[in-house]
Amino acid sequence: MSYAMTASRRLDATFAALADPTRRAILARLATGEATVNDLAKPFKMSQPAISKHLRVLEQAGLVSSGQDAQRRPRRIEAQPLAEATEWLERYRQFWETSFERLDELLEELKLGRKKARPKKSKGEEK
Amino acid sequence: MSSGEKVTVNTRGEREVVITRGFDATSTLVFDALTKPELLRRWYGPDGWTLAVCEIDLRVGGKWHFVSRRPDGKEIGQLGVYQDIQRPERIVNTESWEDWDAGETLVTTELSDRNGKTTFTSTILFPSQEVRDTVLKSGLKHGVEASYDKLAGVLASIAENIK
Repeated sequence: MSYAMTASRRLDATFAALADPTRRAILARLATGEATVNDLAKPFKMSQPAISKHLRVLEQAGLVSSGQDAQRRPRRIEAQPLAEATEWLERYRQFWETSFERLDELLEELKLGRKKARPKKSKGEEK
Repeated sequence: MSSGEKVTVNTRGEREVVITRGFDATSTLVFDALTKPELLRRWYGPDGWTLAVCEIDLRVGGKWHFVSRRPDGKEIGQLGVYQDIQRPERIVNTESWEDWDAGETLVTTELSDRNGKTTFTSTILFPSQEVRDTVLKSGLKHGVEASYDKLAGVLASIAENIK
């Protein structure tokens, strides 16, 4: 759960961009291949300016980039920031999930009255 | 032995995140496991992590300080002050991360015992909606797991379609 500040800022931008359902849908569409603003506006029944606004947020978060073709400016998805965000979430969930599974075992042991606590793996030094 | 219980993580109001989990034990046992260093060392943290430091001064105004050591040797510190302690039902404490300047959170942990089974509810109050949302929201209304599934789905299609 610990990251250098720059990575943390980047995650903030990624999460903020992902907080909106339309932007997640745009990403899901772009995951199937490049698309122009026009292509994207159709299935979402949104105006081009509205789509462009969402695209700007996604671009600023580094989740989407523009292709070479200057006229069509096809957008494509950038996988790296998403991978970082997913890793962060997984760590967060894992932190609790694995901790609590271990706590289940400990509670069973305590219920059985075996109160002598065995050290986990490395013995922690009492400070 | 897994209890089959699942962690849920939800947002509440503008600044809170709520974590819940059921435990097949009395609230007294769960309370002890949350507040006694020799017990905390045995369960707190992901696999491979160890609590290198676990200091608890369990009284109102008392400080706590954890240092978790990751498998790669890197250490991460958390610290705070206890504001309310009612064994075995309730703990209120501040929490901040030593290397993360998102600010201090206020954590209220409540243990509800029904017939020897305990529901753990931990409410984390963030300093602002912005901090909570930028760090956690990301569509987390349906829980971290659901959100993770969603992101995993997006990532899976990326993996198929990019490279």
